[in-house]
Amino acid sequence: MKEFTRGLWYEHPTFRQLLGMCPTLAVTTSAVNGLSMGAAVIFVLFFSSLIVSLMKNVVPAQVRIAVYTVIIAAFVTLVDIFFKAYIPDVSKNLGPYLPLIIVNCIILGRCEAFASKMPVIKSLKDALGMGLGFTWGLFLLSSIRELLGNRTILGYQILPAGYDPLIIMILPAGAFLTLGFLVALMNRIEQR
Amino acid sequence: MKELLVIFISTILINNLVLAYFLGICPFLGVSGKLASSFGMGMAVTFVMTLSTTICWLIYNLLLVPFNLYFLQYVVFILVIASLVQMVEMFVRKFSPMLYNALGIYLPLITTNCAILGAALFMVSRNYGFIESVVFGFSGGLGFSLVLLIMAGIREDLKFCDVPRVFRGAPITLITAGLLAMVFLAFTGLLNG
Repeated sequence: MKEFTRGLWYEHPTFRQLLGMCPTLAVTTSAVNGLSMGAAVIFVLFFSSLIVSLMKNVVPAQVRIAVYTVIIAAFVTLVDIFFKAYIPDVSKNLGPYLPLIIVNCIILGRCEAFASKMPVIKSLKDALGMGLGFTWGLFLLSSIRELLGNRTILGYQILPAGYDPLIIMILPAGAFLTLGFLVALMNRIEQR
Repeated sequence: MKELLVIFISTILINNLVLAYFLGICPFLGVSGKLASSFGMGMAVTFVMTLSTTICWLIYNLLLVPFNLYFLQYVVFILVIASLVQMVEMFVRKFSPMLYNALGIYLPLITTNCAILGAALFMVSRNYGFIESVVFGFSGGLGFSLVLLIMAGIREDLKFCDVPRVFRGAPITLITAGLLAMVFLAFTGLLNG
Protein backbone atom coordinates (compact mmCIF):
# COMPACT_ATOMS: atom_id res chain seq x y z
CA MET A 1 0.00 0.00 0.00
CA LYS A 2 2.89 2.35 0.81
CA GLU A 3 4.09 2.24 -2.81
CA PHE A 4 0.68 3.42 -3.99
CA THR A 5 -0.06 6.24 -1.54
CA ARG A 6 3.40 7.78 -1.69
CA GLY A 7 2.79 9.42 -5.09
CA LEU A 8 -0.64 10.70 -4.05
CA TRP A 9 0.62 12.95 -1.27
CA TYR A 10 3.97 12.52 0.53
CA GLU A 11 6.11 12.43 -2.60
CA HIS A 12 3.65 14.17 -4.89
CA PRO A 13 5.41 14.53 -8.27
CA THR A 14 4.22 18.08 -8.97
CA PHE A 15 3.98 19.81 -5.60
CA ARG A 16 6.78 18.08 -3.71
CA GLN A 17 9.32 16.93 -6.29
CA LEU A 18 8.58 19.57 -8.96
CA LEU A 19 8.97 17.01 -11.72
CA GLY A 20 7.33 17.08 -15.14
CA MET A 21 6.93 20.83 -15.17
CA CYS A 22 6.49 21.38 -18.93
CA PRO A 23 3.12 19.60 -19.32
CA THR A 24 2.03 20.80 -15.87
CA LEU A 25 2.36 24.43 -16.86
CA ALA A 26 1.59 24.21 -20.54
CA VAL A 27 -1.62 22.22 -20.89
CA THR A 28 -3.44 23.34 -17.75
CA THR A 29 -5.40 26.11 -19.49
CA SER A 30 -8.59 24.03 -19.16
CA ALA A 31 -9.62 21.15 -16.92
CA VAL A 32 -10.31 18.84 -19.89
CA ASN A 33 -6.75 19.28 -21.17
CA GLY A 34 -5.36 18.67 -17.68
CA LEU A 35 -7.32 15.43 -17.28
CA SER A 36 -6.43 14.05 -20.71
CA MET A 37 -2.74 14.80 -20.16
CA GLY A 38 -3.02 13.01 -16.80
CA ALA A 39 -4.61 9.97 -18.45
CA ALA A 40 -1.89 9.83 -21.10
CA VAL A 41 0.84 10.00 -18.44
CA ILE A 42 -0.81 7.24 -16.34
CA PHE A 43 -0.92 4.96 -19.40
CA VAL A 44 2.69 5.59 -20.43
CA LEU A 45 4.02 5.40 -16.86
CA PHE A 46 2.15 2.15 -16.13
CA PHE A 47 3.35 0.27 -19.20
CA SER A 48 6.91 1.68 -19.19
CA SER A 49 7.27 0.68 -15.53
CA LEU A 50 5.97 -2.79 -16.38
CA ILE A 51 8.46 -3.30 -19.21
CA VAL A 52 11.40 -1.71 -17.37
CA SER A 53 10.73 -3.80 -14.28
CA LEU A 54 10.49 -6.99 -16.36
CA MET A 55 13.72 -6.19 -18.21
CA LYS A 56 15.74 -5.03 -15.22
CA ASN A 57 18.12 -8.00 -15.30
CA VAL A 58 18.63 -7.92 -19.07
CA VAL A 59 19.56 -4.27 -19.72
CA PRO A 60 23.28 -3.39 -19.29
CA ALA A 61 23.77 -0.50 -16.87
CA GLN A 62 25.71 1.70 -19.33
CA VAL A 63 22.92 1.99 -21.89
CA ARG A 64 19.93 1.82 -19.55
CA ILE A 65 18.83 5.46 -19.94
CA ALA A 66 18.81 5.14 -23.74
CA VAL A 67 16.83 1.89 -23.49
CA TYR A 68 14.27 3.41 -21.11
CA THR A 69 13.86 6.45 -23.36
CA VAL A 70 13.15 4.25 -26.39
CA ILE A 71 10.60 2.16 -24.42
CA ILE A 72 8.87 5.35 -23.27
CA ALA A 73 8.94 6.85 -26.78
CA ALA A 74 7.25 3.71 -28.16
CA PHE A 75 4.33 3.97 -25.69
CA VAL A 76 4.02 7.72 -26.25
CA THR A 77 3.75 7.08 -30.00
CA LEU A 78 0.87 4.64 -29.27
CA VAL A 79 -0.99 7.21 -27.12
CA ASP A 80 -0.39 9.91 -29.74
CA ILE A 81 -1.87 7.78 -32.54
CA PHE A 82 -4.82 6.79 -30.28
CA PHE A 83 -5.58 10.42 -29.34
CA LYS A 84 -5.33 11.57 -32.96
CA ALA A 85 -7.80 8.89 -34.05
CA TYR A 86 -10.41 9.02 -31.26
CA ILE A 87 -10.20 12.47 -29.62
CA PRO A 88 -8.73 14.75 -32.33
CA ASP A 89 -9.81 17.97 -30.53
CA VAL A 90 -7.87 17.09 -27.40
CA SER A 91 -4.93 15.96 -29.52
CA LYS A 92 -4.92 19.37 -31.22
CA ASN A 93 -5.07 21.21 -27.87
CA LEU A 94 -2.20 19.23 -26.36
CA GLY A 95 -0.09 19.83 -29.50
CA PRO A 96 3.61 19.10 -29.05
CA TYR A 97 3.19 18.51 -25.32
CA LEU A 98 1.86 14.99 -25.89
CA PRO A 99 5.07 13.79 -27.62
CA LEU A 100 7.00 15.72 -24.99
CA ILE A 101 5.85 13.13 -22.43
CA ILE A 102 8.93 11.23 -23.68
CA VAL A 103 11.22 13.61 -21.82
CA ASN A 104 8.85 14.04 -18.86
CA CYS A 105 11.13 13.57 -15.88
CA ILE A 106 8.40 11.86 -13.83
CA ILE A 107 8.36 8.86 -16.13
CA LEU A 108 12.11 8.54 -16.62
CA GLY A 109 12.59 9.30 -12.92
CA ARG A 110 10.26 6.53 -11.75
CA CYS A 111 11.75 4.04 -14.23
CA GLU A 112 15.27 4.83 -13.08
CA ALA A 113 14.65 5.27 -9.34
CA PHE A 114 12.02 2.61 -8.77
CA ALA A 115 10.96 0.23 -11.54
CA SER A 116 14.53 -0.73 -12.50
CA LYS A 117 15.19 -2.00 -8.97
CA MET A 118 11.86 -3.35 -7.74
CA PRO A 119 9.62 -6.34 -8.49
CA VAL A 120 6.84 -5.92 -11.04
CA ILE A 121 3.81 -5.61 -8.72
CA LYS A 122 5.45 -2.96 -6.54
CA SER A 123 6.52 -0.98 -9.62
CA LEU A 124 3.00 -1.03 -11.02
CA LYS A 125 1.56 0.24 -7.71
CA ASP A 126 4.19 2.97 -7.64
CA ALA A 127 3.41 3.93 -11.26
CA LEU A 128 -0.34 4.10 -10.58
CA GLY A 129 0.17 6.21 -7.44
CA MET A 130 2.53 8.65 -9.15
CA GLY A 131 0.29 8.83 -12.23
CA LEU A 132 -2.86 9.51 -10.19
CA GLY A 133 -1.00 12.03 -8.02
CA PHE A 134 0.17 13.84 -11.15
CA THR A 135 -3.38 13.78 -12.53
CA TRP A 136 -5.06 15.33 -9.48
CA GLY A 137 -2.33 17.97 -9.41
CA LEU A 138 -3.04 18.82 -13.05
CA PHE A 139 -6.79 18.82 -12.43
CA LEU A 140 -6.49 21.20 -9.46
CA LEU A 141 -4.16 23.57 -11.31
CA SER A 142 -6.22 23.56 -14.52
CA SER A 143 -9.54 24.01 -12.66
CA ILE A 144 -8.23 27.10 -10.87
CA ARG A 145 -6.89 28.56 -14.10
CA GLU A 146 -10.05 27.75 -16.08
CA LEU A 147 -12.30 29.13 -13.33
CA LEU A 148 -10.49 32.45 -12.91
CA GLY A 149 -9.55 32.89 -16.55
CA ASN A 150 -12.73 31.68 -18.23
CA ARG A 151 -15.43 31.45 -15.49
CA THR A 152 -15.88 27.71 -16.14
CA ILE A 153 -14.73 24.29 -14.92
CA LEU A 154 -14.84 21.42 -17.43
CA GLY A 155 -16.89 23.76 -19.65
CA TYR A 156 -19.66 24.39 -17.06
CA GLN A 157 -20.09 28.02 -16.08
CA ILE A 158 -19.47 28.43 -12.35
CA LEU A 159 -18.83 32.12 -11.79
CA PRO A 160 -21.61 34.64 -12.67
CA ALA A 161 -21.44 36.66 -15.89
CA GLY A 162 -20.72 39.78 -13.83
CA TYR A 163 -17.25 38.42 -13.00
CA ASP A 164 -14.58 39.82 -15.28
CA PRO A 165 -12.30 36.91 -16.37
CA LEU A 166 -8.63 37.36 -15.56
CA ILE A 167 -7.13 36.73 -18.98
CA ILE A 168 -3.66 36.52 -17.41
CA MET A 169 -4.66 33.22 -15.76
CA ILE A 170 -4.84 31.36 -19.07
CA LEU A 171 -1.68 33.04 -20.38
CA PRO A 172 1.74 31.53 -19.56
CA ALA A 173 2.35 33.96 -16.68
CA GLY A 174 -0.79 32.72 -14.89
CA ALA A 175 0.53 29.15 -14.95
CA PHE A 176 3.74 30.11 -13.13
CA LEU A 177 1.88 32.26 -10.57
CA THR A 178 -0.82 29.65 -9.79
CA LEU A 179 1.70 26.84 -9.38
CA GLY A 180 3.90 29.06 -7.18
CA PHE A 181 1.00 29.78 -4.83
CA LEU A 182 -0.13 26.13 -4.81
CA VAL A 183 3.36 24.89 -3.86
CA ALA A 184 3.46 27.50 -1.08
CA LEU A 185 0.04 26.29 0.11
CA MET A 186 1.29 22.68 0.18
CA ASN A 187 4.31 23.81 2.22
CA ARG A 188 1.95 25.55 4.65
CA ILE A 189 -0.20 22.42 5.08
CA GLU A 190 2.91 20.31 5.63
CA GLN A 191 4.23 22.64 8.35
CA ARG A 192 1.21 22.16 10.62
CA MET B 1 16.91 37.27 -45.09
CA LYS B 2 14.01 39.19 -43.56
CA GLU B 3 12.20 35.97 -42.61
CA LEU B 4 15.32 34.69 -40.86
CA LEU B 5 15.57 37.89 -38.84
CA VAL B 6 11.89 37.55 -37.88
CA ILE B 7 12.47 33.96 -36.70
CA PHE B 8 15.56 35.06 -34.80
CA ILE B 9 13.91 37.93 -32.91
CA SER B 10 10.57 36.25 -32.29
CA THR B 11 12.17 33.04 -30.98
CA ILE B 12 14.31 34.95 -28.50
CA LEU B 13 11.91 37.61 -27.27
CA ILE B 14 8.29 36.93 -28.26
CA ASN B 15 7.87 33.16 -28.43
CA ASN B 16 10.58 32.38 -25.91
CA LEU B 17 10.79 28.60 -25.44
CA VAL B 18 10.89 28.90 -21.64
CA LEU B 19 8.42 31.67 -20.89
CA ALA B 20 5.87 31.16 -23.66
CA TYR B 21 6.08 27.39 -24.26
CA PHE B 22 7.29 26.13 -20.86
CA LEU B 23 10.09 24.09 -22.39
CA GLY B 24 13.20 23.38 -20.35
CA ILE B 25 11.58 24.39 -17.07
CA CYS B 26 13.42 21.71 -15.05
CA PRO B 27 16.94 23.07 -15.74
CA PHE B 28 15.45 26.58 -15.58
CA LEU B 29 14.36 25.97 -11.98
CA GLY B 30 17.27 23.72 -11.08
CA VAL B 31 20.35 25.49 -12.46
CA SER B 32 19.29 29.14 -12.25
CA GLY B 33 20.61 29.56 -8.70
CA LYS B 34 24.07 30.78 -9.80
CA LEU B 35 25.11 33.02 -12.69
CA ALA B 36 28.22 31.01 -13.58
CA SER B 37 26.44 27.66 -13.87
CA SER B 38 23.56 29.28 -15.78
CA PHE B 39 26.02 30.57 -18.35
CA GLY B 40 27.55 27.09 -18.78
CA MET B 41 24.14 25.47 -19.13
CA GLY B 42 22.95 28.12 -21.57
CA MET B 43 25.98 27.68 -23.83
CA ALA B 44 25.68 23.88 -23.76
CA VAL B 45 21.97 24.03 -24.66
CA THR B 46 22.56 26.54 -27.48
CA PHE B 47 25.27 24.32 -28.93
CA VAL B 48 23.27 21.08 -28.77
CA MET B 49 20.00 22.67 -29.89
CA THR B 50 21.57 24.16 -33.03
CA LEU B 51 23.13 20.81 -33.92
CA SER B 52 20.04 18.73 -33.09
CA THR B 53 17.56 20.83 -35.10
CA THR B 54 20.00 20.67 -38.04
CA ILE B 55 20.41 16.89 -37.89
CA CYS B 56 16.76 16.20 -37.10
CA TRP B 57 15.73 18.33 -40.10
CA LEU B 58 18.04 16.34 -42.39
CA ILE B 59 16.83 12.97 -41.09
CA TYR B 60 13.16 13.96 -41.13
CA ASN B 61 13.18 15.38 -44.66
CA LEU B 62 15.66 13.00 -46.30
CA LEU B 63 14.66 9.73 -44.59
CA LEU B 64 11.31 9.80 -42.80
CA VAL B 65 9.34 11.78 -45.39
CA PRO B 66 10.46 9.88 -48.55
CA PHE B 67 9.86 6.49 -46.89
CA ASN B 68 6.60 7.55 -45.21
CA LEU B 69 7.87 6.68 -41.72
CA TYR B 70 6.18 9.52 -39.81
CA PHE B 71 5.25 7.26 -36.89
CA LEU B 72 8.96 6.74 -36.11
CA GLN B 73 9.45 10.49 -35.68
CA TYR B 74 9.52 10.61 -31.86
CA VAL B 75 11.73 7.56 -31.41
CA VAL B 76 14.18 8.79 -34.05
CA PHE B 77 14.35 12.34 -32.66
CA ILE B 78 15.02 11.24 -29.09
CA LEU B 79 17.68 8.79 -30.29
CA VAL B 80 19.37 11.51 -32.35
CA ILE B 81 19.38 13.86 -29.36
CA ALA B 82 20.65 11.24 -26.91
CA SER B 83 23.48 10.09 -29.17
CA LEU B 84 24.32 13.66 -30.18
CA VAL B 85 24.71 14.66 -26.55
CA GLN B 86 26.90 11.62 -25.95
CA MET B 87 29.06 12.41 -28.99
CA VAL B 88 29.41 16.08 -28.12
CA GLU B 89 30.48 15.08 -24.63
CA MET B 90 33.19 12.71 -25.92
CA PHE B 91 34.33 15.20 -28.55
CA VAL B 92 34.60 18.10 -26.12
CA ARG B 93 36.40 15.94 -23.55
CA LYS B 94 38.98 14.90 -26.14
CA PHE B 95 39.62 18.20 -27.87
CA SER B 96 38.92 20.92 -25.36
CA PRO B 97 39.41 19.94 -21.72
CA MET B 98 38.81 23.56 -20.72
CA LEU B 99 35.39 23.65 -22.34
CA TYR B 100 34.69 20.22 -20.90
CA ASN B 101 35.36 21.46 -17.39
CA ALA B 102 32.97 24.31 -17.98
CA LEU B 103 30.14 22.37 -19.65
CA GLY B 104 30.86 18.81 -18.52
CA ILE B 105 28.26 18.24 -15.85
CA TYR B 106 25.50 19.95 -17.83
CA LEU B 107 25.84 17.90 -20.99
CA PRO B 108 24.23 14.63 -19.82
CA LEU B 109 21.31 16.60 -18.35
CA ILE B 110 20.51 18.01 -21.77
CA THR B 111 19.18 14.68 -23.10
CA THR B 112 16.09 15.06 -20.95
CA ASN B 113 15.79 18.79 -21.56
CA CYS B 114 12.41 19.12 -23.20
CA ALA B 115 13.44 22.33 -24.96
CA ILE B 116 15.70 20.32 -27.30
CA LEU B 117 13.02 17.80 -28.31
CA GLY B 118 10.44 20.61 -28.32
CA ALA B 119 12.50 22.67 -30.76
CA ALA B 120 12.80 19.66 -33.09
CA LEU B 121 9.02 19.09 -32.96
CA PHE B 122 8.21 22.77 -33.55
CA MET B 123 10.57 22.82 -36.52
CA VAL B 124 8.54 19.99 -38.09
CA SER B 125 5.08 21.36 -37.24
CA ARG B 126 5.99 24.83 -38.53
CA ASN B 127 7.41 23.44 -41.80
CA TYR B 128 10.70 25.32 -41.55
CA GLY B 129 13.22 25.00 -44.38
CA PHE B 130 16.82 23.96 -43.75
CA ILE B 131 18.38 27.39 -43.08
CA GLU B 132 15.31 28.46 -41.11
CA SER B 133 15.66 25.40 -38.88
CA VAL B 134 19.31 26.11 -38.14
CA VAL B 135 18.50 29.73 -37.25
CA PHE B 136 15.52 28.57 -35.18
CA GLY B 137 17.64 26.10 -33.19
CA PHE B 138 20.36 28.67 -32.58
CA SER B 139 17.98 31.45 -31.51
CA GLY B 140 15.96 29.02 -29.37
CA GLY B 141 19.13 28.22 -27.44
CA LEU B 142 20.01 31.91 -27.12
CA GLY B 143 16.51 32.69 -25.83
CA PHE B 144 16.84 29.92 -23.27
CA SER B 145 20.23 31.28 -22.15
CA LEU B 146 18.91 34.84 -21.93
CA VAL B 147 16.01 33.91 -19.63
CA LEU B 148 18.24 31.60 -17.58
CA LEU B 149 20.75 34.41 -17.02
CA ILE B 150 18.09 36.99 -16.11
CA MET B 151 16.57 34.50 -13.67
CA ALA B 152 19.95 33.67 -12.12
CA GLY B 153 20.65 37.38 -11.63
CA ILE B 154 17.32 37.87 -9.86
CA ARG B 155 17.78 34.78 -7.70
CA GLU B 156 21.26 35.82 -6.57
CA ASP B 157 19.73 39.04 -5.26
CA LEU B 158 16.73 37.18 -3.86
CA LYS B 159 19.03 35.33 -1.46
CA PHE B 160 19.37 38.52 0.59
CA CYS B 161 15.63 39.15 0.75
CA ASP B 162 13.35 38.19 3.59
CA VAL B 163 10.98 35.78 1.83
CA PRO B 164 8.10 34.34 3.93
CA ARG B 165 9.00 30.81 5.00
CA VAL B 166 6.38 28.89 3.00
CA PHE B 167 7.41 30.73 -0.17
CA ARG B 168 11.12 29.95 0.07
CA GLY B 169 12.68 27.80 -2.65
CA ALA B 170 10.41 26.68 -5.47
CA PRO B 171 7.31 28.90 -4.88
CA ILE B 172 9.15 32.23 -5.01
CA THR B 173 11.10 31.05 -8.06
CA LEU B 174 7.89 30.14 -9.87
CA ILE B 175 6.26 33.45 -8.99
CA THR B 176 9.36 35.34 -10.19
CA ALA B 177 9.15 33.37 -13.44
CA GLY B 178 5.48 34.36 -13.72
CA LEU B 179 6.36 38.04 -13.39
CA LEU B 180 9.16 37.59 -15.93
CA ALA B 181 6.67 36.01 -18.34
CA MET B 182 4.43 39.06 -17.92
CA VAL B 183 7.37 41.35 -18.70
CA PHE B 184 8.11 39.38 -21.86
CA LEU B 185 4.46 39.79 -22.93
CA ALA B 186 5.39 43.40 -23.63
CA PHE B 187 7.48 42.22 -26.61
CA THR B 188 4.39 40.79 -28.32
CA GLY B 189 3.78 43.78 -30.59
CA LEU B 190 7.46 44.21 -31.45
CA LEU B 191 7.27 42.81 -35.00
CA ASN B 192 3.84 44.20 -35.88
CA GLY B 193 4.92 47.84 -35.85
